[in-house]
Amino acid sequence: METLGHLAHGFSVAFTPVNLMWCLIGTTLGTAIGVLPGLGPALTIALLLPITYQVAPEASFILFAGIYYGAMYGGSTTSILLNTPGESATIVTALEGNRMARSGRGGAALATSAIGSFVAGTLGTLGVAFLAPVVVKFALSFGPAEYFSLMVLAFITVSAVLGSSSVRGLTSLFVGFVIGMIGVDLQTGQPRFTFGMSQLLDGVDVIVVAVGLFAVGETLYMASRRYAGKDEIVPLRGSLYMTAAEWARSWKAWLRGALLGFPIGALPAGGAEIPTFLSYAIEKKLSNHKEEFGTVGAIEGVAGPEAANNASAAGVLVPMLTLGLPTSATAAIMLSAFQSYGINPGPMLFMTQANLVWGLIASLFIANIILVILNLPLIGLWVRLLKIPAPQLYAGILVFATVGTYGISQSPTDLVILYLLGGAGFLMRRFDFPTAPVIIGMILWPLAEAQFRRAMTISNGDWSVFYKHPLSLTLLTLAFIGLVGPHIWAYVERRRRRGPEHVPGDA
Amino acid sequence: MSTSDQQAARPRLAVPELLIGIGLLACAGAVAWQTLAIPVSPLYSKVGPTVFPYITMFGMTILSLLLIVAALRGGWQPEEEKETPTDWKAMGIVAVGLVANLVLIQPLGFTAASVIMFVLICHGFGSRHPLRDVLLGLILALAAYFGFARALGVNIGAGFIENQLNTVLDSIIRMLRA
Repeated sequence: METLGHLAHGFSVAFTPVNLMWCLIGTTLGTAIGVLPGLGPALTIALLLPITYQVAPEASFILFAGIYYGAMYGGSTTSILLNTPGESATIVTALEGNRMARSGRGGAALATSAIGSFVAGTLGTLGVAFLAPVVVKFALSFGPAEYFSLMVLAFITVSAVLGSSSVRGLTSLFVGFVIGMIGVDLQTGQPRFTFGMSQLLDGVDVIVVAVGLFAVGETLYMASRRYAGKDEIVPLRGSLYMTAAEWARSWKAWLRGALLGFPIGALPAGGAEIPTFLSYAIEKKLSNHKEEFGTVGAIEGVAGPEAANNASAAGVLVPMLTLGLPTSATAAIMLSAFQSYGINPGPMLFMTQANLVWGLIASLFIANIILVILNLPLIGLWVRLLKIPAPQLYAGILVFATVGTYGISQSPTDLVILYLLGGAGFLMRRFDFPTAPVIIGMILWPLAEAQFRRAMTISNGDWSVFYKHPLSLTLLTLAFIGLVGPHIWAYVERRRRRGPEHVPGDA
Repeated sequence: MSTSDQQAARPRLAVPELLIGIGLLACAGAVAWQTLAIPVSPLYSKVGPTVFPYITMFGMTILSLLLIVAALRGGWQPEEEKETPTDWKAMGIVAVGLVANLVLIQPLGFTAASVIMFVLICHGFGSRHPLRDVLLGLILALAAYFGFARALGVNIGAGFIENQLNTVLDSIIRMLRA
């Protein structure tokens, strides 16, 4: 097996003391920011982007991947003990996990989610190692037209198909497009959307956008909601050792969750919400303890979704590494880290940067082992982090936000943009607009434009390349179905439901 | 999946949502203005720099019109958000903290401006221990400054606090070397 040879080489990269240290720092930091409400992996990696000027690419990607995986582990602790899901993907974990904690089985809930994360994370990483080379072989036949159509499909899936409203999702995406186009057009040298300001010629840094939306916006939102009632921390009770019965109920749920999460995460649609909700529904259906769901908390309802969440997080890395297609805010920011090294993710990455790719994949296996140790025996440490009072936590986040943005340019203009985006982030949070499409849109739109121009240059300005190539046509058709399909479906449903209303005496 | 999920309830004009829709329409207008301002060189006749801006402008316009329609039909705010009154005072104090930071970061330097921002945000969130917050803010800001500035090589605006400490640090390093 070719892959095993590559993996062995990857481990030789990841096992150097320096890279092990980066992995340990990343996983520890990742768990911490996953536990703390208000901080997420996208924001943290954005703040740490300046590190790409200082260290080798292997080191910074091992660090970022550790943060990415660690945040998934840490987020479940908060969901279980505090019932405030840090990320949308852990909403489902909070459903049963918090009930288990309230009925004195918090220890078992934390254990099943940490071990489940380990099992699913390891399976998911194996999936990346074996699936990525296959996708690479396939992707080598892609031309610019196919890449453009694939990006269109990803735009639709991340904004219109996932989430509560396609119009709001697309609005966020287009706001990202506008931000992404600010600055000098690389191909023609023309300044665009700069409003005549020289400070905008270099464009708006993804750090400023991520920090504005995620840190400043979140802080304003939390400040505005002091009347919403406080979440209390459920004290950690119950042994962390799972009983034989709990193991028996958990392991199948882990495997099912992982099998569900990885493929969905690896699609160019991404998103952990769908697999976690699906896993929850399946576990509820298959469980012999249905009475525990929604009452005292069922362990399957924690084990399955938590595994699905981690496996899909691993799956997201497949389109990111093989196609250069980020499908989450965190992946988009990692893509901009690649750009800052002058590396273009895509099929060639596996040949030109074998050290980096396989070292990264190997380090993910190591990260999983470190994380299960950090999150089980050392769980008490992280629980203590939850006790940081909100005022100091959010004020502290903004101090770091200032360092991260003002530090890159020392320009007050950046701070003005940061706070304006913070205001926008508040409105988006308050009025239910998703924020991830903004980041994905701003990173991917200029790349889509480049592929579009390349395709048009090759075809001598003939638009038909996009629908004459069968693969490109398929991708565009899928995108169209993704955009229109749900609306037609809703319309048909409404028509169907309107039927029985006419039955007399029904009201 | 659609913005009209609450359509079944009484259709009623939702003012905040309408304002958002109008604001986005204004953004689309700004995009149009900036797109028209891009000079197009005849050399790049195939796919010039304005093709994607036009697509963006078109999309923004359609989407903001759809949002305005949704607002006229009663808006889309989640019930839970509607029921929670917004704490304008807390938000206002946090906003004052941000503006203070913006105004003071150049004259006073990063640390001093950050401490002022830290204390104001804590106050906005309901903390009533300003002295403790000053101390905490100072420790955090210095940790952030030296963590980022010295370790990551990011150059953050230095003010009197940083300059004093940098001199002290440099002299300690010189003493250790000697």
